[in-house]
Amino acid sequence: MSKAGLRIIVCIKQVPAIQDIKIDPITHTLIRESMPSMLNPWDEIGVEEGIRLREKYGGEVTVITMGPMQAKEAILRCLAMGADRGIIISDKALAGADTIATAYALYMQIKKMKYDLIICGKISTDSETGHIGPHLAELLNIPQICYVKKVDLDIEKRRIIAHKEADEGIEIVEAPLPVLLTTAIGLNKPRLPTLKGIISSKRKEVKVLTAKDLGGSLSNYGLRGSPTFVDEVFEPPSRKPEMIFQGDPKEVVEKIVQVLLNKKLISSRS
Amino acid sequence: MLEKSEENPNHKGVWVFTEQIDGKLKNVGLELLGAGRKIADKLGEELVAVLLGYKVIELVKDLEAYGADKVILVEHELLEQFTVDAYTKVLAELTIKYKPSVLFIGGTLNGRELAPRLAARLNTGITSDCVDFDINSDGHLTHVKPFGKLMAKIICKTRPQIATAKPNVFKKLEPNWDRRAKIVREEIKINPEDIRTKILGRIEANKNPYGSIEDADVIVAVGKGLCSKENLKLIQELADLLGASVACTRPVVDRGWLPSSQQVGQSGKTVAPKLYIAIGISGATYHTVGMKNSDIIIAVNKDPKAPIFQIATYSIVGDLFKILPLLIDRLKKEVKEVKLSITTKGE
Repeated sequence: MSKAGLRIIVCIKQVPAIQDIKIDPITHTLIRESMPSMLNPWDEIGVEEGIRLREKYGGEVTVITMGPMQAKEAILRCLAMGADRGIIISDKALAGADTIATAYALYMQIKKMKYDLIICGKISTDSETGHIGPHLAELLNIPQICYVKKVDLDIEKRRIIAHKEADEGIEIVEAPLPVLLTTAIGLNKPRLPTLKGIISSKRKEVKVLTAKDLGGSLSNYGLRGSPTFVDEVFEPPSRKPEMIFQGDPKEVVEKIVQVLLNKKLISSRS
Repeated sequence: MLEKSEENPNHKGVWVFTEQIDGKLKNVGLELLGAGRKIADKLGEELVAVLLGYKVIELVKDLEAYGADKVILVEHELLEQFTVDAYTKVLAELTIKYKPSVLFIGGTLNGRELAPRLAARLNTGITSDCVDFDINSDGHLTHVKPFGKLMAKIICKTRPQIATAKPNVFKKLEPNWDRRAKIVREEIKINPEDIRTKILGRIEANKNPYGSIEDADVIVAVGKGLCSKENLKLIQELADLLGASVACTRPVVDRGWLPSSQQVGQSGKTVAPKLYIAIGISGATYHTVGMKNSDIIIAVNKDPKAPIFQIATYSIVGDLFKILPLLIDRLKKEVKEVKLSITTKGE
């Protein structure tokens, strides 16, 4: 670790604030412009953890996102919470990126930076893949610990001990820094920005980068650099309801009980 | 970074990573053998189960019975416990050697860490939480998954085409214990320093007071129509009478009424019980993708236009606060002993 303390990078995403998302009929990608949006709640937990660790060990927290310029609102929110600086990668050449092409763009920027800890949300609430953290850890060739519920650092030894969700309970995992973490619910309760935080956020640096700034071949970015694409979008098939019960609640309840009995889901007293 | 490997005829075979923990196979791997069987037959290619672990050879007979034509077995002390580093290394080396066309990975927590890491190492595409697969006229795998309120068909241009699916989405084949597969043992060098994360210990999960939902036969699920946390008492009482587990939608978790372990849907778990009672749930696709394969769905909602009624077997249009107390009373009187017939699944 440098004398300046922990260098923490938190990857964030602005997501639609409503479930009724719109899809572009031509490109089959999410329409993100002019939608009510918010900071992805899983990333908010990541930003909070970054700030807490900085408060404990010193250092700085950089938040980074890729998206339309509107995503600057989400960056500003993180700065108002207490993050130190923001980076937004925004370029038409990056549009339509799947998770591989998105992680690649983040990687091209982050590999130029110095870091001890990278934090990603477990998933984003719009696409819910949870790919970006593991993709990015692999591209940077650093270890990953996903679904983290508790973080302890040993600064002397440059090691992390984390509690993580596992299929069979909680696992306690140790890894060397630098490491990439993804957040689980229960890691912390994110703070609300204070008025002072909002005011000071306006003075903080927000760097805007294009694909050219990232470097490398444009064919690795956006839709062109994406191995996967949406070929078709269709209405989900509906199951025809077999029966509709309505009217007097007593009669309705009687009918339900008959169904449960007939299907042998409960057994009768008689 | 590896060059992207575009579609070409050298890539053959449908692979399923069949995860085991503590010497026990995860069901989702066997379910994906079922899904993979269909795809392998359409392509006229082999269905291969890939089994990693230490002293796990006795699991091979299950993989044969559930549809594998071939089992690739890698046994190593350093594979006894799952670590992303070791498992990614082994799967990447096997994939580069054999060049499969398709690789399915079960969407357990381990699988969800492993699959995207592996995809980035192989520089290939990955599609998570698929609910259906097919082969299109160009020979590409079509990955069907929810996309907002709609469904999307996703194509992957590179090989292997990596896909994950949650437990309980696909059905296992009927086991045939006479089936035999070709067993291929692979030796892969793993050094302790390849594994950067060290597991220091495990804390077993506490017993869940709402009941585990993944393998429940009956589920009583609630949405935000419940109005307040206090009303959970009604739901718990009904669930107790039916011997059911309690599940919920995301808004219920967001409000802190129930823990995320009970959440069904796109960002939660997928379930397929014999009976799913949806109470005060409007039925957004986010939720219904996680429960629409239930055998019987009973939905209670006061809005006759609620989308949940599009998929319900029995639609009850009415006020849950009138219907539930009556139903609970009626069940208490009628039912001597609430019992499920375990053998009638699918009836």
